[in-house]
Amino acid sequence: MIDVKHLSKNFEGLEVLHDVSLHVNKGECVVFIGPSGSGKSTFLRCLNLLEIPSSGEITFDGVSMTDPKTDINKMRQKMGMVFQHFNLFPNMTILKNLTLAPIRTKQATKEQAEKKAMDLLKRVGLQDKANSYPAQLSGGQKQRVAIVRALCMEPDVMLFDEPTSALDPEMVGEVLDVMKQLAAEGMTMVVVTHEMGFAREVSNRVLFLDGGTIQEEGTPDQIFAHPQTERLRSFLAKVL
Amino acid sequence: MEQYTAWKALITSGGAVTEWQRFYVYFYQAFIEKDRWQQYLKGVGTTLYVTAFALLLGVILGVIVAVVRTAHDQQRPGHRNPILGILNFIFKIYVTVIRGTPMMVQLLIMGFVIFASSKNFVMVGALTLGINSGAYQAEIIRGGLMSVDAGQMEASRSLGINYFDTMRFVIISQAIKAILPALGNEFIVLLKDTSLISVIGGKELLYAARAIVSRTYEAMYPFLGTAVIYLVLVMIFTWLLGIFERRLRTSDRR
Repeated sequence: MIDVKHLSKNFEGLEVLHDVSLHVNKGECVVFIGPSGSGKSTFLRCLNLLEIPSSGEITFDGVSMTDPKTDINKMRQKMGMVFQHFNLFPNMTILKNLTLAPIRTKQATKEQAEKKAMDLLKRVGLQDKANSYPAQLSGGQKQRVAIVRALCMEPDVMLFDEPTSALDPEMVGEVLDVMKQLAAEGMTMVVVTHEMGFAREVSNRVLFLDGGTIQEEGTPDQIFAHPQTERLRSFLAKVL
Repeated sequence: MEQYTAWKALITSGGAVTEWQRFYVYFYQAFIEKDRWQQYLKGVGTTLYVTAFALLLGVILGVIVAVVRTAHDQQRPGHRNPILGILNFIFKIYVTVIRGTPMMVQLLIMGFVIFASSKNFVMVGALTLGINSGAYQAEIIRGGLMSVDAGQMEASRSLGINYFDTMRFVIISQAIKAILPALGNEFIVLLKDTSLISVIGGKELLYAARAIVSRTYEAMYPFLGTAVIYLVLVMIFTWLLGIFERRLRTSDRR
């Protein structure tokens, strides 16, 4: 579904990603772990071209994302993204947050979009917040709304950029539960996280990124129980 | 009327008059005689018309300049758009020239050099004020746009919403709330600066007052009256802005 070939990214001479290749299959949940500054977030942001790769090729649903002729807005509509800091639109009610994209991209009429939004809100237990503003919600609630906002576009893949890093510890669970549920329903997911428990429990594949390259990759069991490289062993020793 | 004529004669002949009689005569002369209040009213009409026109032009110019300059400044290194670069350069010159020269000089140049043949002084004045205000508003709006967290743009674009819809629904609507006090200030300055167009013959409120002064040789009441009218206009304006600001704050409720 997503195919990344030899992706590199430089920020003014500083190489953040070096020759990263990855193939994500439909229905797979791939988790990136690694120390801060290892390029995990940059990699994720390259997938929907929030960062423009310096070189390499990204193909999504058979369409080249890196081709300048590709309608990037159309492609992004099929890739939901969830951010560390939620990035809900503070000037709109929750319902408006959820329906803005489907309506503006003409994917749905106002009625359809609102019905879908309410259905999804109900699933994450926030239907009574539809007319609240983001400022009135807790961090965990905001992040659940942010997930629903991405789901309202009926994406083929969901990208999570450290979705629980800005949350109070007691709110992490409620967000992870929603993500687990999504994974169980067969959503294709690419997740950058520091939640090793989530990586171990939910993911199909774990990639350990350090210094801009994939150092090790394997099933959660391989990565967590039988780390091969010294770098990964020392990383795990610190975070677990 | 009879009273006015009698007391006026008394003042002219140097006879003894009370303060009340003096006030009555000059007030009557400044506002009521020959229906002069209609001249002020007409002047206020022109003032409001010029303000509205200049405001609209200023906002349009300001938004365009601010959006282009922000888009230019927020480009990623290595992905510079040449058209944006040229526009940014032109707009920078515009802002520098307009902010770097006095409004009065701009009015005189527009009125007596560029549009020297035009007899529509009010329109030339409104145009000049709009162009002038646009430069100041551009910088205010630019500040507002840059104050919106970059994550807002990213979130909106990641949903597949295009750049212009993102600007319109997400960025600008949030920026407005942040810049409304500064923008309100600019609007008030603009309203008062309309008085300057009298120097190129625009018949607004101050022009009317000056015409009456030159007719009656009495300056105090026409000018005091003008000041009061401006004050009232600004107070109404401030009150309207306050309502608008409160409405925008609904999303801050916790």
